[in-house]
Amino acid sequence: MITAKTAQLAGRYDVAVIGAGPAGIAAAVAAQAAGCGRILLVDREPEAGGILNQCIHSGFGLHQFGEELTGPEYVSHSLAQVDTRCVDVVTGTFVADIAPDRALTLMGGETGVRQVQSGVVVLAMGARERTRGAIQIPGGRPAGVMTAGLAQRFVNMLGVLPGRRVVILGSGDIGLIMARRLTLEGVEVVGVFEIMPYANGLGRNIVQCLHDFDIPLHLSTTVVEIHGNDRVEAVTVAPVDEALRPILSHARRIPCDALLLSIGLVPENELSHQLRLRMDPLTGGPVVSSTLETSMNGVYAAGNVLHINDLVDWVSEEAARAGRYAADALQGRHPPADNVRLVPGDNVASVVPQSVAAGREHTVFLRARHTFEQSAIRFGEIYTKKVRYVCPAETIAITLKPAFLDRFPGGALRIDIYPRAGEAE
Amino acid sequence: MTTVTHYLCIGCPLGCRLEVESEQEQIVAIRGFSCKLGKEYAAREHTDPRRMVATTVAIEGGLWARLPVKTAGTVPKDRVRAVCDALHRIHLNAPVAMGDVVARDILGTGVDVVATRTMPLIERPP
Repeated sequence: MITAKTAQLAGRYDVAVIGAGPAGIAAAVAAQAAGCGRILLVDREPEAGGILNQCIHSGFGLHQFGEELTGPEYVSHSLAQVDTRCVDVVTGTFVADIAPDRALTLMGGETGVRQVQSGVVVLAMGARERTRGAIQIPGGRPAGVMTAGLAQRFVNMLGVLPGRRVVILGSGDIGLIMARRLTLEGVEVVGVFEIMPYANGLGRNIVQCLHDFDIPLHLSTTVVEIHGNDRVEAVTVAPVDEALRPILSHARRIPCDALLLSIGLVPENELSHQLRLRMDPLTGGPVVSSTLETSMNGVYAAGNVLHINDLVDWVSEEAARAGRYAADALQGRHPPADNVRLVPGDNVASVVPQSVAAGREHTVFLRARHTFEQSAIRFGEIYTKKVRYVCPAETIAITLKPAFLDRFPGGALRIDIYPRAGEAE
Repeated sequence: MTTVTHYLCIGCPLGCRLEVESEQEQIVAIRGFSCKLGKEYAAREHTDPRRMVATTVAIEGGLWARLPVKTAGTVPKDRVRAVCDALHRIHLNAPVAMGDVVARDILGTGVDVVATRTMPLIERPP
């Protein structure tokens, strides 16, 4: 059933999935495939699909569907797998609370507050964008300062433009995509400014979003002031030194009427905090086991709520595992508990999941702290993998074969990334 | 006299660094690719760069004011802006189904523009 009316829902579900973006859809489909009969998939937007509905560019789905799809097409392919005889998709509905016994409080615009009980819960709330407050740009508070993703929604769904002459701060993928998008809509994009000495987005997006349209990318440069009272009139930009401090003697003023921020994503974990889940300060998401179960029994997490991903295909793959393990637990199938704790070592910014178990194959997602042209990833003494290129902007996915872990006695396994043959940049 | 031109592959998010070695405009070697897409992209980018175009067109009567569309194939890179400008003049009415052709043979490129989502007609209270 697809509905926006919480009154039409059953009182009890086997699996409740919070968030109907790519993670939530994949988790629900996997739970359905594992034989769960009553699944709830809930989203606060008027339709399922999450942020992919506004990501109209292509580049999604090469791994999951074997073809390059746009965001809306990826949603359509994913939703086609949902069997609405066993999955209730409820849209326009907000999950206000999850009790430790997994009673969900739902708020719907049409039918008010409703409580439902669920056997297990999968958290798939995704992420939010960091805003101006996160980096505290001085200046006035005029209209026209917004996150790149909000501008994307304005342009691609609501049909309004954020401005006529736009500056973009931050070289995350959304910012790069919006530089191209706005250019194609006739907006002048003055430039993309990045405080770090390297771009944060994928290389392909630097090429096809900036180079193709001669949009300049200014590295080691940031916005130090926003000018304007009612509307943005200009921003001041300045280069930064090695400690990322602005060199104000080299500042310059750039007239513009909008400033877009593409300065990173934060996992959206209000519900996780309400549940008092153990959180990982490195990822901003819950700590999970190799079955993607959080510190609370019966509560699972997958996708951007867990750690920021740069490929939706990996989100779907991870969430499918969460959905399957959640369904397994409900049906009394528990794999052996984890015996190996993964500890980020040199040059490792984060690792997910935070523990694994011998006897099974695992996919481990890492982020590097630095860029290395040639590198190797070392899992303690048991496994070293050579990797051609690592950088902080790109997730590294590593498959751990049972053969490696079976040689390890258990306990803490330290992961290091180091440059090979002195080729560090 | 051989020249080496560097490209960054846009075929997938891996972003392989490609090298095309050419001699009097003839490609003599392609290096750095890790799949056949990359090799083809390098050759194409060197001789006749092309791009997929994804944009939106105005639509009435649906949940949203814009319908996402894409070119069903690649168009020459220098026609991308012109394709978008042409699509700005199109106004559709819901319902539209994913895959519906929104513009046939756009600007004589031989490439159709298709809807990338279904936009049902929304019954709105008067």
